Formats: sequence, structure tokens, C-alpha cells
Amino acid sequence: MEPIQIVFLIGAALVLGSAVMVVTRRNLIHAALFLILTLSGVAMIFVLLEAFYWAVIQVVVYIGAIAILIIMAIMVTRNVTGDTVKPFNNMAVWAAMLSVVASGSLIWALSYWPAFDQTAPVADTGEYVIRLLGLELFSAEGYLIPTMIASVLLLAALIAAIKSAFPISQEEE
Amino acid sequence: MQFLEDPVLWIAEWLREVLLGWGASELVTNMTLNFLGAFVVGAMIMVIFILLTWIERKAAARFQDRIGPNRVGPFGLIQPIADAVKMLTKEDTRPKGADVVGYVLAPIVSVFSVLMTWAVVPFTQKWIGADLSVGVMYVAAAGSFGIVAVLLAGWSSNNKYSLIGAFRGVAQLISYEVPLFLSLLVPVFLARSMGVNDIITSQTAVLFAIPWLNIPIRGFFVLAAPLSVVIYFISSLAEVGRAPFDLIEAESELVAGYHVEYSGMKFGLFQAAEFLHSFTFAALMALMFFGGWQGPWVGTNNLTGWLLGGFYFMLKTFFFYMMVMWSRLTFPRIRIDQMMNLNWKFMVPVSLVLLMGMPLIDYGLRGQELWLKYLVLFLFNLIVGLIAFAWAARADRRVKTHTRVRFEGRPVAVMPQAPAAAEDETAG
Amino acid sequence: MLLDNWLFVGLLVIVAAGIPAIVLVIARLLAPRKPNDAKLDTYECGMETVGDTWVQFKVQYYIYALVFLVFDVEIIFLYPWAVAFDHLDLLGVIAGVLFIFLLGDGLLYAWRKGALKWN
Repeated sequence: MEPIQIVFLIGAALVLGSAVMVVTRRNLIHAALFLILTLSGVAMIFVLLEAFYWAVIQVVVYIGAIAILIIMAIMVTRNVTGDTVKPFNNMAVWAAMLSVVASGSLIWALSYWPAFDQTAPVADTGEYVIRLLGLELFSAEGYLIPTMIASVLLLAALIAAIKSAFPISQEEE
Repeated sequence: MQFLEDPVLWIAEWLREVLLGWGASELVTNMTLNFLGAFVVGAMIMVIFILLTWIERKAAARFQDRIGPNRVGPFGLIQPIADAVKMLTKEDTRPKGADVVGYVLAPIVSVFSVLMTWAVVPFTQKWIGADLSVGVMYVAAAGSFGIVAVLLAGWSSNNKYSLIGAFRGVAQLISYEVPLFLSLLVPVFLARSMGVNDIITSQTAVLFAIPWLNIPIRGFFVLAAPLSVVIYFISSLAEVGRAPFDLIEAESELVAGYHVEYSGMKFGLFQAAEFLHSFTFAALMALMFFGGWQGPWVGTNNLTGWLLGGFYFMLKTFFFYMMVMWSRLTFPRIRIDQMMNLNWKFMVPVSLVLLMGMPLIDYGLRGQELWLKYLVLFLFNLIVGLIAFAWAARADRRVKTHTRVRFEGRPVAVMPQAPAAAEDETAG
Repeated sequence: MLLDNWLFVGLLVIVAAGIPAIVLVIARLLAPRKPNDAKLDTYECGMETVGDTWVQFKVQYYIYALVFLVFDVEIIFLYPWAVAFDHLDLLGVIAGVLFIFLLGDGLLYAWRKGALKWN
């Protein structure tokens, strides 16, 4: 086995193991901490895929913002920081079956994809990859329209977040 | 290769040959060398921390007209060692009801987040742990773990003050990360690269030479974006949570913020993280805006390359660290609403205006001389800065007239005389 | 290869977590341990702790986190834009500036709405 495969297996085990811990922990904060571990593992796998920008984004956005947001939400909403909650309700069996079926069919469908068992082409083309990314995102031949739509969507998300989390309208002079 | 040309590379080459000579495979050799490199970087930063505690105590003493540590060793230089021994041998209590894992993990994560940053910091042109293509974002990513550490410490201590402190701390850290990222975007934009070494090398471009002395003036980004430097500096002060932004550990309200319950070496680790964060931000300021290891007579591949380069980098870093300490020891703590207003209603809008204007200017001057570009960008920064400060001052005045308590007469510490009261009664 | 650089980062993860952990272990070996009830009490002004740790938090904290999240995601788009700036045409430049303008728009809305006000 090549060393990079060993590293990949460690990363995959980290992701899966801590993902299981996320759903089985009885303490919500502990679950959130394991979520951070899962996200770090995903960042590690992005590094192995040589998708370095995605790796750092994974950490900056998911750990630096979203995981923090989740922990804050747990702390703000209910008095659950100290005591434990039941991780499963009586729908757990159905949910497990559904997820097995969903992931199974996904893997089955993907196995017909020609690139499923091939090695990906080397991303290292000598060009600075982030430059290509920026060029694709902001040129008319590339993905300019989706980028702008994403921008408008983010604006809408911001407005909606403020509107829903902050119903009292107090105009400032 | 001569030893004096580049001692670090020389030792690395020598070690590689030794290891390969012992029959180690290429991979094992590579791993060992990289691990040694990582260890040297980490250990060096910790040694710098020990030095920083001495500098901090000495400088704080001088600012307050004291002498500071002067008993242990010459100029008290051995004092940090004594401090370290004291820290290590102090009892490390854990409060009742604390979450064991989180309580132990928090200081470790806190130091971890700082040490990770130093992977992409070039000490000299060649001495850089990993010249990543995403350097600047990597720094931001490493910093994200610091926020997790704050929340973790606050929650796991099982103390109301630490939880409140952690919440305040997180609100402050994430708020000031916005202007921090936005101002770090400016050097990335000017260098057209996110690699830290790329950013430094693109600051070597000569703007013009002083004619009769033939001294080249290099295009450090501080010349093109002085306002961004100011914004970066203020938000990095807030990011490390030092005065005037030390609301996280407002002693009068929260005892000590998120690390109230920490004692002994665990507290020491938080302290280390705080000091090293300041130092890291000072180093980044030197790298991003002031040319890092660039300076007069820095060669590329000889003695001057690493000796002078490393010297300039450390000189700049310690200078900015001095500035951090200066503001810490001079300014009083600001209120939380003032802090949030400063961030969201001043620094973020100003950085957004800068980021809208600078690319347009840059595009308009595409293909023009570099010095012209720098000049126009500098003037733009100046104008935006002046307008923003004038506007902020006006808004500040407006607020003050509303809230100012008008007090007529001279404030004195004695009770008003009885006749005055009698007069009041007759008048009434 | 590009991954060589990240080998250093990966090993630094071990070192950066290891150094503070080793320091804590050393402290554990050297430091005395004589816990008693008063010592282990939570440090809340010398009083017995009333109730549990949880206190009511302002929703303000949460709003800052939300605004920060949106800004974070938008900044992610801006970094590649800044890197690719030399190769962009006028449309791309204007699009990027518009992007920042929309970001500022959201901030202005939050401001006008009073969501950024600390009470």
C-alpha cells in the first residue's frame, strides 16, 4: 500500500468514526465537537485530492463559522449544555433503513460512471489553480451568472436571517 | 554547498545523506526531515514565547515607570525560566462539574491554532515550512481553531463567568475576523497571489530610485494601501483580545473571562496562545504590508540572504509587537457597544469601499507605470481615510450631545453649603 | 509535488498538538495535587453557585455569528477574484465590484434594521 493511501484511510476513518460519534453522543456539545473533527477529516481528504483551496475553505467556513454557529445555537436556545438528550427517537430504525437505501443506490448508480474506478488526472498543470478558479468564476464564458446569483442569494440569506432572528424592527436614526 | 551560504539547508542536506547512508528509504528520510523541520519551528516559537514574556514585563514596567524584573540574571533575563518553573510546579485544579475532555483540550487547541500558523511564515527567503499556494487563507483557517478553543474553555469550565466571557469573546473574534480577512485581501489583490512568499517577492518591485544616491524605493504594500494597514492593525489587536479590546477578560465584570477556572500550566498555555497570537499578527503585518525579509542589501543566495533577511523580518516583527504592546499599555478598555460599532459601522464599511475602489483604479491604470499606480492608490486610501474619519467624528459628536450629562459649576468633593439649599427653598 | 508542502503541515499538526500536550503532561508530573472542596469550587465571587451554568444569552450574539457567516462565504469568492485580477476583462472586474457592493448592501440592511446595535 502506498503511504498516501494509508493517510487517506486514516482520514476516512476519522471522518466516519467521528460522524458516528456525532449522532450517538448524548451531550449535544460533545456531538458538535465531534462534528468539528469530522469536518477536519474532510479538509484532510480535500488536501489529498490536491484541492487545497477547498481544504482551507472547509476549515474557515465550516469550522470557523458554521460549527461555531451550531455551538452558539445550542447554547442560546435551551438549557442543554450540561445535561444529556436522547440521541434517537422511535423513527431511528426507519431513518437508518432509508439512509442505507439512499447511499446504496447512490453507490450503485455511481458504479456505472466510467470514472468510478479510474485514477483522477493530475490537477497539477503548472498553472496557479486558484487563478484559474477566479477566472472561471468571474468571466462570461465561465460561471459569472451563477456567481452573481450566489451573491444575490447570500444577500437574501442575510436579510432573511436578520428578519427571522430579529423580528422587532427598531429603526436607527 | 558551503555551511555559511545557508546553514539550515546545509544541515538538512547533511542529514539526508546520513539517513540515506543508513539505508533509510526516500520516504522515511523525507518524513524525518519534515518532522524535524516542524519540530524546530514549533520549538522555536515556544522559545520566542519565553522571550516575549520577558519583553512584555520589561516593557510594561518601563511604560509604567518601573524597572521590571531585574533580579534573576542580567536585566532579569532568566526571569522567564523561573516563571516557567513556577508555572510547571503549580497545582492544577479542575473545578467541580467541569467537562474533563473539553477542559483539558481547550488550552491545547488554543496553542495548536497559533503554532499551525507558522507553517507558512517565511523567516528568510528560503526558510519557510511550506510555501502553500493558499497561504493567506491557510492562516485564516489555522486561526479558526482559536475560536473553538475559546468556546470550549468557556463551556467546559462550568462557570457562569467563563461562559459569558466565552460568548463575548466569540462575538468579538468573529466580528473582527471580517475586517481582518477583508484587509488581508488587499495584499493578495496587489500581489495577485495567495502564497506568502509570492506576496513578499512582489513587494520587491522598484517604484523609483532616489536619483543621485541610487537607492531604490521598493513597492511595499503599505505604500499602496496605508488604510488597510490601519484596519489590519486594529482588527488584529481585537483578534488577540488585548487592551483596548480585552473585553473578553474584563476583570471588573467577568473576573477573567473564559479562562477564569484555569490554573497552573493550563492557564500558562492560554497565556502562551495570547502572546504568540500577538506575535503572529505582528509577523503577518511585517510579511503582508512591509515586505517581510526584504530590506537593504538582502541578497538571494548567500550569507546576506539569510542573515540580513532573517534579521529584517525579526526586526519588523518585534517593532510591530512593540506597537501592539504600546496600544495595550496606553489605551483604556472600550465598551462592548463601542467595540461592535467600531467594527461593523466603521471598519467593515471602510474596507468594503476600499475593496471597491482599489480594483477599479487598478483596472483603469492597467499597463501604466507602477509608481503611478501606487501613487493613485495611496491618494485614494488617504481620501477614503480622511472622509471616513471626518464622518465618524461627526457621528461621534452627534451621539455625545445626546448622552452627555451637563454639569453646571465646578465639580467639587464637598457637600453644597446649607445656605444654597435654603435659597433653593425660598426660590421654590 | 504539491503534496510535499502539505507533508510539513500534516507533521506540524502532530507537533503543534504535541508540544502543549507534553507540557501539560510534565506539569502533571511535577505539580502537587492536593484537592479539597473549597479549592474545587467554581470561582464565582466566593459564593455558592446558584443554579446551573446556563444563563440567558442575547440573541445579538447569534446575529453577529450569522452576519459573519455570510461575510465569510462571500470573502471566499473574492480571494480567487483578486488572484485572477490581471486576467479578467472589464465585465469580470465590474462583477467583482458589484459582488462587494451587494455585500455592503446586506450590511447596510442589517445596520438600518438595528441588528448591529448592541443594547
